[in-house]
Amino acid sequence: MDIFEPFHQLSMWEDSFKVDHSTLNSIASPMLKMNISSLENKSEYISHESREPSGDDQETTEEPVPKVLRRQAQNREAARKCRLRKKAYVQQLETSRLKLMQLELEIEKTRKQGLYRSNSFDVSYMRSSGIINSGISLFEIEYGRWIEEQDRQNEELRNALQINVSNLQLHLLVESSLNQYSNLFRMKAEAAKADVFYLISGAWKSPVERLFLWIGGSRPSQILNIIVPKLEALTDQQIASINNLRLSSQQAEDALSIGLEKLQQSMIHNIQADPLDFGNYGFQMASAMDKGEAVEGFVIQADHLRQQALLYMSRILTIGQSARGLLAMGEYFQRLRTLSLLWTAHSCDQFYPTQHSN
Amino acid sequence: MEKVMRLATEKGVVIFTKSSCCLCYAVNVLFQEIGVYPVVHEIDKDPDGKEMEKAITKLGCNAPVPAVFIGGKLVGSTNEVMSLHLSGSLIPLLRPYTRM
Repeated sequence: MDIFEPFHQLSMWEDSFKVDHSTLNSIASPMLKMNISSLENKSEYISHESREPSGDDQETTEEPVPKVLRRQAQNREAARKCRLRKKAYVQQLETSRLKLMQLELEIEKTRKQGLYRSNSFDVSYMRSSGIINSGISLFEIEYGRWIEEQDRQNEELRNALQINVSNLQLHLLVESSLNQYSNLFRMKAEAAKADVFYLISGAWKSPVERLFLWIGGSRPSQILNIIVPKLEALTDQQIASINNLRLSSQQAEDALSIGLEKLQQSMIHNIQADPLDFGNYGFQMASAMDKGEAVEGFVIQADHLRQQALLYMSRILTIGQSARGLLAMGEYFQRLRTLSLLWTAHSCDQFYPTQHSN
Repeated sequence: MEKVMRLATEKGVVIFTKSSCCLCYAVNVLFQEIGVYPVVHEIDKDPDGKEMEKAITKLGCNAPVPAVFIGGKLVGSTNEVMSLHLSGSLIPLLRPYTRM
């Protein structure tokens, strides 16, 4: 019994009427046919039945005869069967409805668990491995939502700065903005556990953002370079602190880069097997796997560096300056994403020229 | 534990590492970038390595390696060193031990 064919059910229900009707039709009695029609309330059957004039008209004026009684009994039986069928049909509709609700809940649940992939980003994760990693799928979905929230917060910051809201309100906005970034780092940490190579590849970022990729994200020192020109009324002390922060960050970034390079070298060393040394293959692969896990450590440290840079920056700056800085950062990433969209559209146009392109 | 403390106080800046640990290498590189040359002890090459690792964890270091000691006191692992450096507190801490 298919839940997607209710009309089929109804017609089946109706069909069984037709069956009964044909047996009734064999015994002509227009009056009785009229009775049956009024019982069922099916006008089509009335139109189908032709009122055949016959000598049976006389029976309606006399005492009920066995034939009539039998007719009436059959009538009642048909009506009873009809009601039973209707009851069964309604029950089936109810169970189907419940089943549909259950399926909808399950879909929502699995979507949350990440067995669905969001199509809003140009990510080739599925294509490369063919295996769905639910942790990564979940990250992609969450990241999509994060971007939306980020854009919304940028808008709020922009408006707040334009209309000159109080410092308290700005403080709240700055706090939420910093929290947003904390959320992102938390999400990335989970994704790193699921598949660090996916995360470090930047596949989840928009194409143009990937150009500036450093260990699975942005370079903190580069972000500082973007923010600082947009800041107003910096004191000498602030400028000195910012320069120190930028220098420290650069040094830390370089150290991590060198460390990661060393990791890459040792990984290459591990997987280079002597072609004749079959016995060692498994061991070498296992060592290489350990190195793979060590990559996670670097991504965590890189994100930690990003978070610290944001934190110390917000401490050096006033609330107004922090708000402006965060907005500048948000807008920078927004523009990179927009550029990516334009770029993708442009590339598609080149490949599949539309009528509108020249 | 004694071995760890003895080695940690031998020189101004001491790092306990493992030869396979590249984050340890990164931390060492960072120190060198700011003009400090720490003494490095690879505990995986040390016969007492396992006990040393336990001792370091007991001292409160969240990762056994790298474990950074400055002036005989445990500073922490990669996280702590990076935070200190970004906050500008690492260099002052190292000043007595620069170019050792």
